[in-house]
Amino acid sequence: MSLLEIRNLHVSVDGHEILKGINLAVNAGEVHSIMGPNGSGKSTLAQVLSRRDMYRVTSGEIRFNGKDLLAMKPEEAAAEGVFMAFQYPVEIPGISNTYFLRSALNAIRKYRGEEEIDAMDFLPVFREKLKLLEMDERLMNRSVNEGFSGGEKKRNEILQMAILDPKLAILDETDSGLDIDALRIVAQGVNAMRSPDRAMLVVTHYQRLLNYIVPDFVHVLVDGRIMRSGGPQLALELEAKGYASMEAEARQTVPASA
Amino acid sequence: MTTTVQNVEGYLENFAEFAKRASGHNLPWLRKLREDAFARFCETGFPTTHDEDWRFTNIAAITRTEFSLLQGTASLPAKSDLKQWNLDSAAAQLVFVDGQFVSNLSSTDSVPPGVTISNLREAITKDSKAVEEHFGRYLNFHRDPFCALNTAFAEDGAFVRIGRGISLEKPIHLLFVATEREAATMTHPRNLLLVEREAEATFLEEYVSLGGGACLSNSATELVALENSTVSHYMIEREHTEAFNVSTLRIQQERSSNVASHSVLLGGGLVRNNVHPVLAGEGGECLINGLFVGNGRQHLDNYMYVEHASPHSSSRQFYNGILDGHAHGVFHGRIVVHKNAQKTDAKQTNRNLLLSDDAQIDTKPQLEIYADDVKCTHGATIGQIEENALFYLRSRGIDEILARRLLLSAFANECLERMHHGAARNYVERMIAAYLLHNAQFLAAQPSPDADQIERHLEEVG
Repeated sequence: MSLLEIRNLHVSVDGHEILKGINLAVNAGEVHSIMGPNGSGKSTLAQVLSRRDMYRVTSGEIRFNGKDLLAMKPEEAAAEGVFMAFQYPVEIPGISNTYFLRSALNAIRKYRGEEEIDAMDFLPVFREKLKLLEMDERLMNRSVNEGFSGGEKKRNEILQMAILDPKLAILDETDSGLDIDALRIVAQGVNAMRSPDRAMLVVTHYQRLLNYIVPDFVHVLVDGRIMRSGGPQLALELEAKGYASMEAEARQTVPASA
Repeated sequence: MTTTVQNVEGYLENFAEFAKRASGHNLPWLRKLREDAFARFCETGFPTTHDEDWRFTNIAAITRTEFSLLQGTASLPAKSDLKQWNLDSAAAQLVFVDGQFVSNLSSTDSVPPGVTISNLREAITKDSKAVEEHFGRYLNFHRDPFCALNTAFAEDGAFVRIGRGISLEKPIHLLFVATEREAATMTHPRNLLLVEREAEATFLEEYVSLGGGACLSNSATELVALENSTVSHYMIEREHTEAFNVSTLRIQQERSSNVASHSVLLGGGLVRNNVHPVLAGEGGECLINGLFVGNGRQHLDNYMYVEHASPHSSSRQFYNGILDGHAHGVFHGRIVVHKNAQKTDAKQTNRNLLLSDDAQIDTKPQLEIYADDVKCTHGATIGQIEENALFYLRSRGIDEILARRLLLSAFANECLERMHHGAARNYVERMIAAYLLHNAQFLAAQPSPDADQIERHLEEVG
């Protein structure tokens, strides 16, 4: 059985159907990329997986590690091992980064029946990951994402991922808005986390990120459906041809009544 | 109107009794002050919601209750009962039980030379000259019937003088304890806090209760900050929710003085918190910082009246409110810049979180400017817990209740950040953390009020 199994997933927002029957299986150790044009439903898929409640699942199911993911609250999904790096990380004034990270880690440890980690034991782990992401420790005493540059915010997402050590890591357009240096550092952080026990879902509009994080599989999402799946070469093909031909193809497959 | 008349009659009886036995009533100046103040109260009666300054606060529950003045304390609480309000490393703690100073519950052992700490009743009898010099010089009882009532019944409270150049790092804790009584009782604590030239001090004025029962605490504090002095004052209200608490802090600031007023309102049923600084000397700085947290049917009214009376003075007002249940909060921030107060720099911010559909906030800034070269800004926001932030925390494994608590703490921390590090801040910080922890259950998810409803309560004048 796969780590993540999505079967015939239909999702609506405000009465509009965004995902129209997604089927996807992701095994531990694999990196899958979901590519697609704007409005295709990529981010919706990522948000549903992290259990944002503004999306209504009208049919289908998601099994994660054998469990019913759709029955979980966001915090339960996180504790079970789902992590999403946000496209737009949220600023939270008044809560320091260090405090936030330790609270998150301890909440997850508590859920798993593990002992909470104290500040002294947390520090070495924390420093090692900071170094990997070339982040300034002083940034960590500041409020979560407040006053961070775009690149710093994205690196902070990967830092959280590294510390929370998820089974499934979802990157939601992590590359958007990053310059090449920041992209390289983020990719380096992600690649360091590739492991046979972990699956990754890289959601992106552009092929550029996939030069740094090479996926095992690429899926093209158009208008709420996966139009094509293939190896890394599919991303290159898309880069050359664009999404236009696949969008045309998607229109043809839509039933006349829709 | 009959209620007002009847009520004033009740106060007449109380005042006649009081005049027979009150300390210092043999002093002509004090007797006259009390009588004038009482006459003023009889003239105006209690304010109603027709009075602009009381528009959002209906005090009918106070006017229809027959409060009686306490004489002597029937049974004193044990020292161990008060342990929960012990402030570590205080320079002194003065304990007042039902308005009266209790010497053997208080401690003034570590008061350094040059600092006088006593209670008003004693000061009136032993050193009435020192009291007369400042008492009633700043608080104008014509402005507010509650101040008139307080002045009429003023007898006990704290009398503190910090001598010139003395820097007292440890806070002075004034603890006012209301005990449970059969009848509704009223107290009128009156504090006179003098900080002389170049001196520094921190005062913590705290209202608490042991047991329930209707009671009215109508306090007034005159805080005088002389030239170049630095003063922090904390007003803490955490009485039970049957309590009525009206407090007035009148701050007189001389040249280049620096005063911070911090208010933390967590308790009380009907609370009116008046803060009235007058920046009388040039170059004075005043910070007016507050946090009010209401739940159930609590009504928490903050009335700020900031007067700039000299050039180059600055004031900063920051009040954060968190309201849940049917709680009603009021922020009334008035800034008056007198004609000669050029180069005034005044800023006012009121931020509010409404956690339920039935919680309400009225926020009303008022600018009254008679000088032409000044900088005055004000702003108010009303919102809910931000859903994006909540989801962000939850997506990292933090459960909903804890996530809400973290976000509320962060909001409250904005006020804590403005307090100087030290014993007083630690005390307040622990108090707020414990309060939010204890009330975590009321922070559960609730539908948020829609934008229209919010707009209705937003009003701007001036």
